Amino acid sequence: MLNYDLVVVGGGPAGMAAALQAKEEGVEKIVILERAETLGGILEQCIHTGFGLHYFGEELSGPEYAGRFIAEVEKTDIDVYTDTMVLDVSKDNVVTAVNNRDGLIQIKAIAVVLAMGCRERPRGALSIAGSRPAGVMTAGTAQKYVNIDGYMPGKKVVILGSGDIGLIMARRMTLEGAEVKVVCELMPYSGGLKRNIVQCLDDFGIPLRLSCTVIATHGKERLEGVTIANVDENLKPIPGTEQYIECDTLLLSVGLIPENELSNGVGIELDRVTGGPVVDEYRETLHKGIFACGNVLQVHDLVDYVTEESKIAGKGAANYIFGKKQDGTFINTKGVNGVRYIVPQRVNIENEEDVKLYFRVGQVYKGAKVVVECDGNILSSKKKVMLAPGEMENVKITPEMLKNMNKNSEITVRIEE
Amino acid sequence: MKKNLICVSCPLGCPIEVEIENGEILSVTGNTCKRGDKYARDELTNPVRSLTTTVKLIGGTLPVVPVKSSKPVPKDKMFQCMKLINEASINASVKIGDVVIKDILGSGADIVVTNNDNGK
Ligand SMILES: Cc1cc2nc3c(=O)[nH]c(=O)nc-3n(C[C@H](O)[C@H](O)[C@H](O)COP(=O)(O)OP(=O)(O)OC[C@H]3O[C@@H](n4cnc5c(N)ncnc54)[C@H](O)[C@@H]3O)c2cc1C
Ligand code: SF4
Repeated sequence: MLNYDLVVVGGGPAGMAAALQAKEEGVEKIVILERAETLGGILEQCIHTGFGLHYFGEELSGPEYAGRFIAEVEKTDIDVYTDTMVLDVSKDNVVTAVNNRDGLIQIKAIAVVLAMGCRERPRGALSIAGSRPAGVMTAGTAQKYVNIDGYMPGKKVVILGSGDIGLIMARRMTLEGAEVKVVCELMPYSGGLKRNIVQCLDDFGIPLRLSCTVIATHGKERLEGVTIANVDENLKPIPGTEQYIECDTLLLSVGLIPENELSNGVGIELDRVTGGPVVDEYRETLHKGIFACGNVLQVHDLVDYVTEESKIAGKGAANYIFGKKQDGTFINTKGVNGVRYIVPQRVNIENEEDVKLYFRVGQVYKGAKVVVECDGNILSSKKKVMLAPGEMENVKITPEMLKNMNKNSEITVRIEE
Repeated sequence: MKKNLICVSCPLGCPIEVEIENGEILSVTGNTCKRGDKYARDELTNPVRSLTTTVKLIGGTLPVVPVKSSKPVPKDKMFQCMKLINEASINASVKIGDVVIKDILGSGADIVVTNNDNGK
């Protein structure tokens, strides 16, 4: 059995930032385990620009953003095992992985950072009639085909779901000569960024149909077409609105889910809303010494926030390894009235640093206030020009605020219109 | 003549209305901040977009390598740029910043590599 102070599972932006921060804090033996051929995670296939505006102050493409962290990792003595799949994390922090070179590897770790990212909701999560012809795939799979494998999966495309990956792929496939016929969105609004709707759809005259879904696929071996229909306010297809559209490719962009099979294996408690582990302000899960960050914790749309969050986890892991992380008194945070969830879900009131609470709202608000309250006291209240489900927000809790709390306190964040 | 735009300079996405007479911009309204005004004027006089795509890589670990325009290119030249880029190729190894096509279509933008590939 190998011994490391810190094992990081996943070498995307989250894993790399956590490992680098732990190194900076003085942790000696660190290893990153990554199942793909290279570090970088999903960013390797996100070749469009728009990454790093917050963190580096410039617009980078996904591979460029990842490249900066890969270069940093290479400068350190952090061990990297690529082509290595983690199979299990045990209750006593033994990580089991497998690769072609070493076969089965077991590593005893003092601390573990989970940074496995997320995956796309597959077709199974939808109710679409028809057999399963070739040509139906997630938008992320198509992104990999086009941007990594250099191969166009189709010529006539329909996209279901107006999430950002779907929008980005609408532009990408159009530039490569495909005809994107329509983007159908089940909801009456798009979850994608406005700038993506303008630059990926409007620029190319691609129609976005809201309150509309795909109800059937046609074709035996290869997709030949789909039937779309409008939906009512209960999201049920409206009879008589069906329309047949000829296409050879259907891309699904219907949401992301944190990849938590390993967390489930250890029995880590998950948040029902985020789909990721319940964590404290250092991103430690309820299992001692196991931390989580990046998309495995909550689905992020800005990689800059992934980096920020992962540095916190890296610092937390370092503190744990050095025995500096005290037990303390933990209280819960709770999103109410329009706030769907908060990460972290728990905060140590003995903490002596500022804590940022990240949250998402359930609908679009204009000119509403974000109010933070504890035990009947308003801690802060701030007016926001705009709040949207697609944009992650945060509020700050200071050590002074925490000092006045006790073990029965609860911090709530709510929206007031 | 009135023209409606959506400012994409920040996530707010303000709807902007521009009054034009004989090719001259008379007024810009609907923007919440100054950036919206600039966006609208640029968009109507010289719309530009960043271009990202891939180029054929010879002898690389992967068959293609991602590239971007070093600065935005005129919107109406995007497909012409794509055609040139799809006809081009580059030999491994390549690194971030390598130039594939200089001053594409006289736009002043270079097409540069955005990932490293040390080749097979
Ligand atoms: C298809 C897709 C497209 C996206 N496009 C964009 C975009 O255009 N813009 C944007 O800002 N964000 C995008 N995102 C969100 C993006 O994932 C995040 O911004 C960021 O990359 C998340 O970083 P991460 O390190 O948490 O996850 P990832 O980048 O996904 O990295 C996780 C890593 O863990 C590895 N891993 C997982 N399980 C194991 C295991 N058992 N053993 C070993 N290794 C494992 C994976 O191989 C991967 O390399 C996209 C997400 C997806 C899924
Ligand atoms: S006008 Fe200003 S506030 Fe409105 S979208 Fe543009 S940059 Fe944002």
